[in-house]
Amino acid sequence: MIILNARATDNAALNESVRAAKDDCEIVGCIGERFIGAGLSSRTIRIKGIPGNALGAYLNGAKIFVDGNAQDAVGDTMNAGEITINGNAGDAAGYAMRGGKIYIKGNAGYRAGIHMKEYAGKSPVIVIGGRCGSFLGEYQAGGLIIVLGLNDDGKRIVGNFPCAGMHGGRVLLRGDAKDVVFPDKVTSARATADDLAAATAYIKEFCAYFGIDENFVLDCPYTLITPDSANPYKRMYVEN
Amino acid sequence: MQTDYIYPRFEVERKESRCSNCGLCINECSCGVHYRSKDGKYLLSDDSKCVNCQRCVATCPTHALKIVKSNCDFRENSNWTSDSIREIIKQASSGGVLLSSMGNPQPFPVYWDKLLINASQVTNPPIDPLREPMETRVFLGRKPSEIRRNQHGQLICDLPPRLTLELPVMFSAMSYGSISYNAHAALAAAAAELGTYYNTGEGGLHENFYRFGNNTVVQVASGRFGVHKDYLEAGAAIEIKMGQGAKPGIGGHLPGSKIVGDVSRTRMIPEGSDAISPAPHHDIYSIEDLRQLVFSLKEATEYKKPVIVKIAAVHNVAAIASGIARSGADIIAIDGFRGGTGAAPTRIRDNVGIPVELALAAVDTRLRDEGIRNNVSLVVGGSIRNSTDVIKAIALGADACYIATAALIAMGCHMCRNCQSGKCNWGIATQNPQLVKRLDPEEGCRRLVNLMTAWKHEIMEIMGGMGINSVESLRGNRLMLRGIGLSSKELDVLGVMHAGE
Repeated sequence: MIILNARATDNAALNESVRAAKDDCEIVGCIGERFIGAGLSSRTIRIKGIPGNALGAYLNGAKIFVDGNAQDAVGDTMNAGEITINGNAGDAAGYAMRGGKIYIKGNAGYRAGIHMKEYAGKSPVIVIGGRCGSFLGEYQAGGLIIVLGLNDDGKRIVGNFPCAGMHGGRVLLRGDAKDVVFPDKVTSARATADDLAAATAYIKEFCAYFGIDENFVLDCPYTLITPDSANPYKRMYVEN
Repeated sequence: MQTDYIYPRFEVERKESRCSNCGLCINECSCGVHYRSKDGKYLLSDDSKCVNCQRCVATCPTHALKIVKSNCDFRENSNWTSDSIREIIKQASSGGVLLSSMGNPQPFPVYWDKLLINASQVTNPPIDPLREPMETRVFLGRKPSEIRRNQHGQLICDLPPRLTLELPVMFSAMSYGSISYNAHAALAAAAAELGTYYNTGEGGLHENFYRFGNNTVVQVASGRFGVHKDYLEAGAAIEIKMGQGAKPGIGGHLPGSKIVGDVSRTRMIPEGSDAISPAPHHDIYSIEDLRQLVFSLKEATEYKKPVIVKIAAVHNVAAIASGIARSGADIIAIDGFRGGTGAAPTRIRDNVGIPVELALAAVDTRLRDEGIRNNVSLVVGGSIRNSTDVIKAIALGADACYIATAALIAMGCHMCRNCQSGKCNWGIATQNPQLVKRLDPEEGCRRLVNLMTAWKHEIMEIMGGMGINSVESLRGNRLMLRGIGLSSKELDVLGVMHAGE
């Protein structure tokens, strides 16, 4: 384990040190340094503090653990690997990710999981322990987004316009989501045992990592949202 | 309904005296125009399906076929043109958004055709490029503002990453999916042979073309299709697509019917699923956000590759470019409203954006005024049709040009402008394996190399005539241009004098 002090250096130099390190790293004193772990294929990075935007962009297999909050665009266009955030995340977490896992203990901002995709053996997963902002899973084309809503502040589990433009993948919300309005091109229904089976392992892993009682989390109805069509705009055009 | 019937736009004329009744035309037409009579004796045609791609005309062994514009038209006038009437009928019967291909066809001014090039007489004599050195090589990327030396007085040569072009033309972005595998193969091989670059577009890079990486610009668009570490590292430069001249302000939508086989694998999305590129990048709401994407790409590729930001030419293009030049981008690509596309809503294609000539002049002037012109190189596209368009663009301030439509025509496109159908009879804008086979990549490459070699000769000749012996000396040299028949406002924006001045 190599210890890197974020305060002693700037963004680019810090990331260069991470790339140059042949071993796992621990970054201490992190206050908003951007692009940490961009494109990294292997090794584990532990971060003490709050990393800046685009944490783990294009991540390609490495594991990142954050002991604190994260900012915008966590795991942008991530291909493989794991990002675990022991706090809240900003906007556009998991933008266009096609593989790997992002676990966020607290809340996520706007547009979490936007344009997530899946392909062949790759299928990304985001688990959000708290609630998230508007446009959750916008344009979602694949993968699984789970929002657990474990806050006790009485606020709605997702903001406005969840799943707008969704044309693949699944969103699983803990609870009956009765107060959530979905667009007309998706279907929301109470998740069956089969629906939950595929998600349970991730929920258990999430709970184990953050020390949450898994029975409490799982002993609850879930709502599954799926798109009606992989081609939502098929009949919109006429050739001229 | 009878009101929806529109007489075909094109008619097939078959010269019976020449026709050998071989039926090749039936096989050649993917639109299904040609067919045999029930008794098998005669060849007939369903004109309503004809798009005038000229495939049957070109392949008929006895040259018995001719496509003519129908003279059965609406009672049009200057306001209610035939097209405007036809479009209303189509929308009234379908309720659909009109979808077209290729660049803006409307009769807006083409400023290239209103600019004239200078030549030397008596003083500053012309140069003969056949016998004297003439430099067409250009470097794209950030230019250092000062010469740096180490303590021993030696030059420090760690220049920012750049692209090296043997001629000031690159092949512009066309995605695998919108065009065929063989078209990409031809473009990649031609770029390598010419010492220039082709651009993957936003559909990823097929594994077979990684070997052309040194001549490849890889594109990152809002949909992030096929974008991963190896892809970013494969190219010589990375282009962030913010906009496209043919459809500024809107995203892309490759229908699921075109996401088949290798296209699906290269885009990394399932077969049959729509490939939707959102209109914005959802992590970019400001120049600061753009800077973040620029640097996340640079971080992921260890600052070894220049980053291009491509925008559509729109009203505020100069201010936008000024922001981009401060975002850390190395190259700005500006796409004018005549730039091609595989599919765009007709109304947007025909009404949104501005001519690239005006955009280029405005951007170059603005960056010079602000003293940041050397922060970036400028590449312009959007219907560069010939070598003089290239010369005029460089004299207006461009470092290089992007061509795509011209490259397609070189490969066999006959500009029927029906790309959105996926039935391209020339094997370019299609994923049908039977049609793709019609484009021989080697032949396509040879024709692209021919075209570019010819343009290069012409560029050298015209530069020689001006008494200029390198593209670098022509760049931004607007004194080499004069306007003809332009208003003083147009001349003002273009920054050129009128002919005779």
